[in-house]
Amino acid sequence: MNAKITRRHTLAAFALAATALSPFAAHAEDVVKVGVILPMTGPSASTGREIAAAIKLFQAQKGDKAGGKKVEVIIKDDTGVADITKRLAQELIVNDKASVIAGFGLTPLALAVAPIATQAKVPAVVMAAGTAIITEASPYIVRTSFTLPQNTMPIAQWAVKNGIKKVVTLVTDYGPGIDAEKTFVATIKENGGQVLDSLRSPLKNPEFAPFLQKAKDLKPDALFLFVPSGQGAALMKQVSERDFAKEGIKVIGTGDVTDDEQLNNMGDAVLGMITSHNYSADHDSPENKAYVAAFEKANPGLRPNFMSVGGYDGMALIYAALDKTKGDTNGTKLVEAMKGMSWTSPRGPISIDPETRDIIQNVYIRKVEKKNGQLYNVEFSTMANVKDPFKAAKAAKK
Amino acid sequence: MIDTALHATTGGESRAMAWFAERAKWRWPEFALWIAAFALAFVFPSRSALFNEVAILALFALSLDIVLGYAGIVSLGHGAFFGLGAYVAGLLAKAGGGAGLYSDPTFGLLVAAAVCGFVGYLTSFLVLRGADLTRLMVTLGVALIFAELANRMAWLTGGADGLQGVLPGKILGLVEFNFMHPEYAYLYSLSVLFILFIVARKVINSPFGVSLRAIKGNALRAGAIGINVNRRLNGAYTMGAAYAGVAGALLAQTTAFVSLDVLEFHRSADVMLIVIFGGVGTLYGAIVGAAAFKLLYDLLAAATPQYWQFWLGLILVLLVLFVRGGIMGLVSGLYARMTGKGETP
Repeated sequence: MNAKITRRHTLAAFALAATALSPFAAHAEDVVKVGVILPMTGPSASTGREIAAAIKLFQAQKGDKAGGKKVEVIIKDDTGVADITKRLAQELIVNDKASVIAGFGLTPLALAVAPIATQAKVPAVVMAAGTAIITEASPYIVRTSFTLPQNTMPIAQWAVKNGIKKVVTLVTDYGPGIDAEKTFVATIKENGGQVLDSLRSPLKNPEFAPFLQKAKDLKPDALFLFVPSGQGAALMKQVSERDFAKEGIKVIGTGDVTDDEQLNNMGDAVLGMITSHNYSADHDSPENKAYVAAFEKANPGLRPNFMSVGGYDGMALIYAALDKTKGDTNGTKLVEAMKGMSWTSPRGPISIDPETRDIIQNVYIRKVEKKNGQLYNVEFSTMANVKDPFKAAKAAKK
Repeated sequence: MIDTALHATTGGESRAMAWFAERAKWRWPEFALWIAAFALAFVFPSRSALFNEVAILALFALSLDIVLGYAGIVSLGHGAFFGLGAYVAGLLAKAGGGAGLYSDPTFGLLVAAAVCGFVGYLTSFLVLRGADLTRLMVTLGVALIFAELANRMAWLTGGADGLQGVLPGKILGLVEFNFMHPEYAYLYSLSVLFILFIVARKVINSPFGVSLRAIKGNALRAGAIGINVNRRLNGAYTMGAAYAGVAGALLAQTTAFVSLDVLEFHRSADVMLIVIFGGVGTLYGAIVGAAAFKLLYDLLAAATPQYWQFWLGLILVLLVLFVRGGIMGLVSGLYARMTGKGETP
């Protein structure tokens, strides 16, 4: 009996496998395919979930037509593993004839795809990964998320202005974290401040307690924090247990720490925390109010975060580029069309730098406050049209 | 008296020879499997990137099957050798810059095998010191050390951003890897898998392989009949490590990219799952398990990118619950019924 059940299962599995192998059905000429590769499972699944939801929302709102063609989005899960991202990109371009690839939840995933984008001359729209160097890896990479130096510089300058002299930094030990640390440390030092220590916690299985204790013992004026999207709640729980405020230590960071998706569950301990970031669900604009309302309606219990807005704007960019080329899917033309594009996103005015293909956007200084019983990052100061400082510094040197 | 004793020995020897010969014989399903595997490259060239992953994973699983299925060493850190091989081949290809000996893929494989075999040999002494649970911990610990080393040595490995600029040269100086033609990479990986499989099959069916099975059955008794248990296990672990290194090298060469991910725990865990899924100690189980695992993943992830793990998990649980000996257990049962004979190799 048991054996029979399994045999049937196995047969079914083989039948399924056979269908998977059958060649893809031919598609009409007037369909543009956008291959989106995201980590939908694994440690970065929340990034994938936010972006996928934003893409669905965008298509639900704006329809599936751009440049006179039907835009078909294919979402693939790379589980956050670089060689799978690369293989999926290859298959999307070669088999599915995708005209644009997009997504990329983490820096190595985006970098793995860069050579393929260059070889195939297919635009790759980075909707999440935030290390500065990514756009330099291929002339076909365009970014709609943010860069870490871009989001870090404003909080460093705010710290300087607010009389913070001695700092300790604690970042996650990988590309974006190191970017954030470098930018913060450089800005503080340039302005005569002192960096007592630069701590790095491991990316996998993070344990913050020893680092936080060390930071507390050093008695700085402020502790600067960066962790990737999704780890903020765990970090802030341990921060709140240590009561830095009592020692007169300000806790500041990039908005990745007070990620909108998790902020509400962090508890009152994060009240008053100051961060800088490119997006807050609380951003006061009619575009954002409409966006948040529609997003929360379509995804009950999920608040849109900065990742979602990167996905939403990525789609907006692809649509606008297709409109501009009148449906021409030539990759070089699409990238040219994307360069210099500017529009009003839920996060505020943004544009694509024609020189670097990176995003130029406002960065906001925010404070965690309670509104209608919910925690929000409330913006109180704006730094307008921030370019990626890393590449701006490079350009200045030339 | 002496005469009969002599007779008995020679009779025993020839019986043993016959037994070895019978085991080493190729059976028709094996031919069919390999012909089908090579044919896939021509029938479905567009899916070859996936098949390439299957071939690499199969080789990796094969390496664990030697260690787990034959030597009986439970390892949760086999990914260390996979990752080491990937970095060795990746760094070589980067140093060669797409041409010359360093970028030659075959050379990369040989060096990766040598380095991993050597490291495997050294660590085998650590691993053999304890019983199963200790081994589990030691192998896991070794893998963690490797992962952290690769992370710390960012100047060499590129750290968390991954190793950029990996440019493998032409295969045997003839064919270039071409992303529009993933079937080249697949045929390359499959050929390597095939050759190494034949070697593994020979080794397993040799007296060395049989002594491994004896050790796995009961190490104490095996020692009592004159088998040098630790030496055999050192050998098997070294071989498994070298094989895993080649699998990692294939991944680095065919994807032209290496990231820290190759050293992560999930690689070691997945491959153990695959070996159990396919059938422990069968060699073919590794290949069939890898194919089933990857194809199921591909199918389920395409259907439901968010929840595929649930379905894959369910299928695995059902398989383990209802079929003893994994997929190969099922297959050899069917084969036995069809031919009326005993087990397949």
